[in-house]
Amino acid sequence: MTRYLLRRVGQGVFVLWAAWTISFFILYLLPSDPAALIAARGGEADTVDPALLEQLRAQYGLDRPVRVQYVTALLAALRLDFGQSYASGGPAMDVVAGVLPSTIQLAAVALVLGVALGALLAVATVLPRAAWLRQLVSTLPPVGVALPTFWVGLILLQVFSFRLGLFPAMGDDGVASLVLPAVTLAVPVAAGLAQVLSRSLREALGEPYVETARAKGASRLRVQLGHALRNAALPAFTMLGLTVGGLLGGTVVTETVFSRAGLGRLAVTAVNSQDIPVVQAIVVVSALVFVTVTLVVDLVYPLIDPRIAVRAPALAA
Amino acid sequence: MTRTTQPPARRTRPTTARHAVVPAMLSAGLLLAACASPGTAGSDGSGDAIDGASDGADEATPVEGGNLTFAITVDSHCIDPQQVGNNDAIAVARQTVASLTAQDPETGEIVPWLATSWESNEDASSFTFTLRDDATYADGTPIDAESVKTNFDAIVALGAKASLGSQYLAGYEGTTVVDEHTVTVDFAAPSAQFLQATSTFSLGLLSPATAQLTPEDRCTGDFVGSGPFAVSSYTQDSEIVLEKVPDYAWGSEANGHTGAAYLDTITYTVVPESSVRTGSLASGQIDATAAIATVDLPQFAGDGFWSTYRANPGVVFSLFPNESSPLGGDKAVRQAILKGIDREQVATTLLTEEDQPATSVLSHSTPLYTDLGDALAYDPEGAKKILDDAGWVEGADGVREKDGQRLSTTVTFWQVPEPLELVQQQLAQIGVELNLQHVTVAESQAIKESGDFDFDYYNLTRSDPDVLRLIFSANARNVNKREPAEVDSLLDSSATITDPTQRQDVLAQAAELLVEDAHAIPVYELSTTIVAADHVHGLGFEASSRLDFYDAWVEGGAGS
Repeated sequence: MTRYLLRRVGQGVFVLWAAWTISFFILYLLPSDPAALIAARGGEADTVDPALLEQLRAQYGLDRPVRVQYVTALLAALRLDFGQSYASGGPAMDVVAGVLPSTIQLAAVALVLGVALGALLAVATVLPRAAWLRQLVSTLPPVGVALPTFWVGLILLQVFSFRLGLFPAMGDDGVASLVLPAVTLAVPVAAGLAQVLSRSLREALGEPYVETARAKGASRLRVQLGHALRNAALPAFTMLGLTVGGLLGGTVVTETVFSRAGLGRLAVTAVNSQDIPVVQAIVVVSALVFVTVTLVVDLVYPLIDPRIAVRAPALAA
Repeated sequence: MTRTTQPPARRTRPTTARHAVVPAMLSAGLLLAACASPGTAGSDGSGDAIDGASDGADEATPVEGGNLTFAITVDSHCIDPQQVGNNDAIAVARQTVASLTAQDPETGEIVPWLATSWESNEDASSFTFTLRDDATYADGTPIDAESVKTNFDAIVALGAKASLGSQYLAGYEGTTVVDEHTVTVDFAAPSAQFLQATSTFSLGLLSPATAQLTPEDRCTGDFVGSGPFAVSSYTQDSEIVLEKVPDYAWGSEANGHTGAAYLDTITYTVVPESSVRTGSLASGQIDATAAIATVDLPQFAGDGFWSTYRANPGVVFSLFPNESSPLGGDKAVRQAILKGIDREQVATTLLTEEDQPATSVLSHSTPLYTDLGDALAYDPEGAKKILDDAGWVEGADGVREKDGQRLSTTVTFWQVPEPLELVQQQLAQIGVELNLQHVTVAESQAIKESGDFDFDYYNLTRSDPDVLRLIFSANARNVNKREPAEVDSLLDSSATITDPTQRQDVLAQAAELLVEDAHAIPVYELSTTIVAADHVHGLGFEASSRLDFYDAWVEGGAGS
């Protein structure tokens, strides 16, 4: 088990390094000059004094060969130092840390909401006795997956904020300002989860143990929720890593539409202004979240399904 | 969209003792006529209309207190007045500092603010300011001669991080403290632009304690200013709150009053999405913004909202030829393009009624502007003749050719493409093919630096005509990458002249030459439009078309 764990952590570190390195080279290869962009912040987007550019390049070490820049930056990144933000001049990690709580809050609420909604929807695709109703409910998850987050957000804003005035359109203070963005972000989560869960529910309902349960006289509800759902939940649980990744991606749009500070918004601003240190800090933080969630899911498997616990050490051998 | 749908009226300020107030109601025609001949610096300020508004006169008595929520589009992670350059950041930073001088938005005249009087030497290389003796920074430190020196030295030390300020202080030799309330600023070369520069936020004064802070701490609002508002809180990417400085009592003569600001607080919320700004303003969640999309403006015409606009001073949106490239260096091609653009059509069909066709290299709200509208008239026949004479003859596909080379050129830009798309169609009619290379800001920087382009396209907001010398002179930025020419001596000498009439004369000659040789191909003037709910009053522009909240107030005040 320890060897398995070590190997998984090693893989995680590799993913982090790869994410950092790829982002470094993509940003480095972009056809623009960070020094000019820093100068542009001072109001000179179109005519930049070459002397100022030289000064900035030296200041940020941009005049050194790319190999030197890479190694220096990598060594610093190991200490979680991603350099100074080109925009504010402060440490990039501080900029990211500043908005992280807001994103965590939003993503957590959206995840809980999405999982609850998704599970409810999945059960609703098998529970009703009327076939037409089951059919109708089954069409909802694909629709939910297909709806663009951007559009959902704007529609919710139009109706519940601009027309009815129930929730504020912007900001992140208080529960009220969290409702609309969390719902927007939860829609794709719920829809995706419902798709997987309803399918495995239907499969589970065809299993022999369901027959057995029915034969023993268990009620329809008890068979579906008590027996089938428990087994059907496993594939959905596997999706959790991807779902969290999707949530982080979803914040890019949601935080922009709802004018919330957060990791997604910051990513947009930082990429547009080619604020390489901040982009890299975001990439590493996001990769870290993804790696951690995936690892935790794998480690929790055996606790949910004892059949997997037997295989885990064998896998490590 | 036509530009005469509604008669715009000028929004008058509550108390303008020094200036004759323009009649509240001006017809659209009158407004346009007035626009063609704005006042010049040094005039007594009869207040030609260079801005306008969509509602009637605002004669109500200001109420103190309350909060105004204003939406900005982006948080550029810095609100230090001496470091910022982004419009949204300036809207915040401007309120936190007072400057040595102020510029009257109507006349362009430089008027006293922290300095009560000033003089310069013969060749504009040395300026002496006498400071008022009662002003203090927000932390109570007196605004004395020593602190002015600390500020200017600190801006020069910030270097590239204060790119506007360093530009204004180019050639800075040092500041001498003559006595407690008198300072002399010396330059190595003539710098006539410096007097106007002292009115900008970039040279706004910060408490000496601020000079000790790191640039990044200053960015996040830790600075102590000298203006009517001080930073109360700064929440990255989300919100910036300014609160009034109760002891502030040195409003400039360019403003409507001199005491503390009327508003208790200003809350700037960052709303990146255009449709959300529109919805938030319409539903009352914000009070005002300067970033409503053109297509959404009509819904705020009257009906509980008012708007006011002002043309940005400085260099208008123009094509800038790279004269080291074969086509950009061909004078006939440049002149033909200049004559082949129908500026009136660009302005009337594509832009808001506030954006006007260019009538010079400088916009009409720039001090010392001179109207060159005749030289920029649409003249397709003239353009064709120039090209015919130069040997560019029409080819098979309608595009002209000469020695087997097609008259096909490219403009590189990152701004909205529509105006140039129309220009493209207009130029096709005279046989010039203009290819549009629409890139990101970052890419455009790279292309500019590589020098591999025919035409560049942008505008520059500055409230001093010195911007002409700065970017066009072969001895300064030389955006055309051209050989020295006659125009350079005019541009360079303009920096040495302090007399407004003489300076205007020289600059007008220079602008004429720039247009004649088509070193600049002006297209249209950008303007800034504020849209606000009816309970907001007094929100307006300073001379550089930057927002000024000092005279602003909200109905209901503290009770709202």
